[in-house]
Amino acid sequence: MLRFTVSRLLQAIVVVFAVFTLTFFMVRLAPGDPLATEKAIHPDVKRSLQERYHLDKSLPEQYALTLKSYFAGDLGPSMKHQGMWNAKIISDSWPVSLTIGLMALIIAVAIGIPAGVIAAVRRNTWVDNSAMSMALLGICLPGFVMGPLLIALFGIKLRWFNVGGWYEATDWVLPAATMGIIYAAYIARLTRGGMLEILNQDFIRTARAKGVPELKIVTHHALRGGLIPVVAYLGPALAGITTGSFIIETIYNLPGLGSHFVNAAVNKDYTLVLATTVLFATLLVFVNFFTDILVAWLNPKVRLT
Amino acid sequence: MPLLDVQNLRVAFHTRNGVVRAVTGVSLSVEKGQTVGIVGESGSGKSVTCYSMLGLIPMPPGRIEGGTANFDGVDLLKMSRAELRAIRGRRISMIFQDPMTSLNPYMRVGDQVMEPLRIHEGLCKAEALPKAIAALAEVGIKNPEERVRQYPHEFSGGMRQRVMIAMSMITRPELLIADEPTTALDVTIQKQVLDLIKERQRALGSAVILITHDLAVVSEVCDYVNVMYAGRLVESAPVGELFRNPRHAYTRSLMRSIPALQPKGGTLYTIPGMPPDLAKLGPGCAFRVRNAENGYLCLTDRDPEIIEIAPGHRVQNCPGCLERGNA
Repeated sequence: MLRFTVSRLLQAIVVVFAVFTLTFFMVRLAPGDPLATEKAIHPDVKRSLQERYHLDKSLPEQYALTLKSYFAGDLGPSMKHQGMWNAKIISDSWPVSLTIGLMALIIAVAIGIPAGVIAAVRRNTWVDNSAMSMALLGICLPGFVMGPLLIALFGIKLRWFNVGGWYEATDWVLPAATMGIIYAAYIARLTRGGMLEILNQDFIRTARAKGVPELKIVTHHALRGGLIPVVAYLGPALAGITTGSFIIETIYNLPGLGSHFVNAAVNKDYTLVLATTVLFATLLVFVNFFTDILVAWLNPKVRLT
Repeated sequence: MPLLDVQNLRVAFHTRNGVVRAVTGVSLSVEKGQTVGIVGESGSGKSVTCYSMLGLIPMPPGRIEGGTANFDGVDLLKMSRAELRAIRGRRISMIFQDPMTSLNPYMRVGDQVMEPLRIHEGLCKAEALPKAIAALAEVGIKNPEERVRQYPHEFSGGMRQRVMIAMSMITRPELLIADEPTTALDVTIQKQVLDLIKERQRALGSAVILITHDLAVVSEVCDYVNVMYAGRLVESAPVGELFRNPRHAYTRSLMRSIPALQPKGGTLYTIPGMPPDLAKLGPGCAFRVRNAENGYLCLTDRDPEIIEIAPGHRVQNCPGCLERGNA
């Protein structure tokens, strides 16, 4: 376990460092320039801006300076948000995405896993067919369709929630539901597949031959193995879902992190692209580490090395 | 009264490719403490016969279409699911062919061994654990106190089959159904496992139904043998009688196929052809096309009936199969 932790930590450092380096050079490879504006700016102003962001220096020098500041825990200033620090942008917007993402995940698991289990147990019946049709619908309906539908029903018609914005304590509900339903559909299908595979194993027949009641066969004998694919999927999904979604944040007008991923890249905000990407990579590595531990706990054949 | 008395059992699977008549009119009985063999090729219906009595075939597509299976005077086929469940694992236990896949890889061995006690006798974990340890010790597993905490993948194939035996016998069942218990094991382990089953059977006084395609195993451990082919019983007799005086052409062909009884260096004898597709089986003797002796004499218009030709020795009455040919 200790060896596993140490080796995964070393791997994590390599991965994050690689992401950092790749991102750093790739944003600079893209055509365009963060300081380009429609209005002409005075050469002196431009020079002082370039100086402020080290854009006057050579690429290796810029890289070394950025790396040094990251080691000091400084994510640098944003190139497009005037006078804002990247760390501040992230700490302002991430909690919004984190709240919505975690709630969406809870909704997704609470709907998806029971639906998948029931579909697998009642396979090829109307219960299974209707659950899987719903799941297919959930997968096929994109967020930009589901979102407005929920807004029209619960925001405008029933007036239970605000149609958008981030002001009241209940403002997470609709965006979380939109994301949650989509993820629930994936989880339901994965759960069904995993459970079906386990329920067809010989050891389930053994359990029946021992006189184990059907419900206990599902909960005691099948669920642990059947959920392994779901857990393996949920780990990486967790990183994506808690860092916000551009579409959801646009539909619900939320000050989340997801829009920064897209806008920073569009605006050529070199430093903010780097900061958000490194944050995502770190989160992903971290979450994968815990997923592996969880899978090893679920499956006794897996050894952590 | 026999412990288990099956009469005229018929089981069919209704699939997209037609109705598969897996078991057709099978009758067999098992006395207390007796060992009864069911022999046949793969797909002859030997497993389905046993599984269907215990409600272990998937329904649908499976369906029990007729017959009775009186266990200790009560018809298993008329029981509710809950009643059957109360018998499975308590009064009738099973062990299966492949010990590598028949134990749950996600559960500790001890939890699996004590599960029948916890379900059927309502014991708590603390009460059941010493019994599980004792049961593992009885089947020859060393350090059972430590082994109960391990998972199946930490056991070898032979050891897992010992665990299966311990688990199935822990409730002292009156009947043990062993479905090819040695097929997936090394030859050296096969003998040990068979001896162990016999030893546990003697200690508990249980009856055993041994499903196998290995006639050598049958001759060694069974008191009575049923030979199945294409979902029907073709011949059944006490073991000595059957080996001395096999009357049906299929039984004789099976015996000729035993490698150890054939001359060294020669080509091994095999029964020509394949077992018939049970979804397309018409009337007549199902062994007709494979009967190398004198299949041209076999019944074609009606199914052969079972007749008793000697006390306890029953056989399908088909002229082509009963007539000893010269092939």
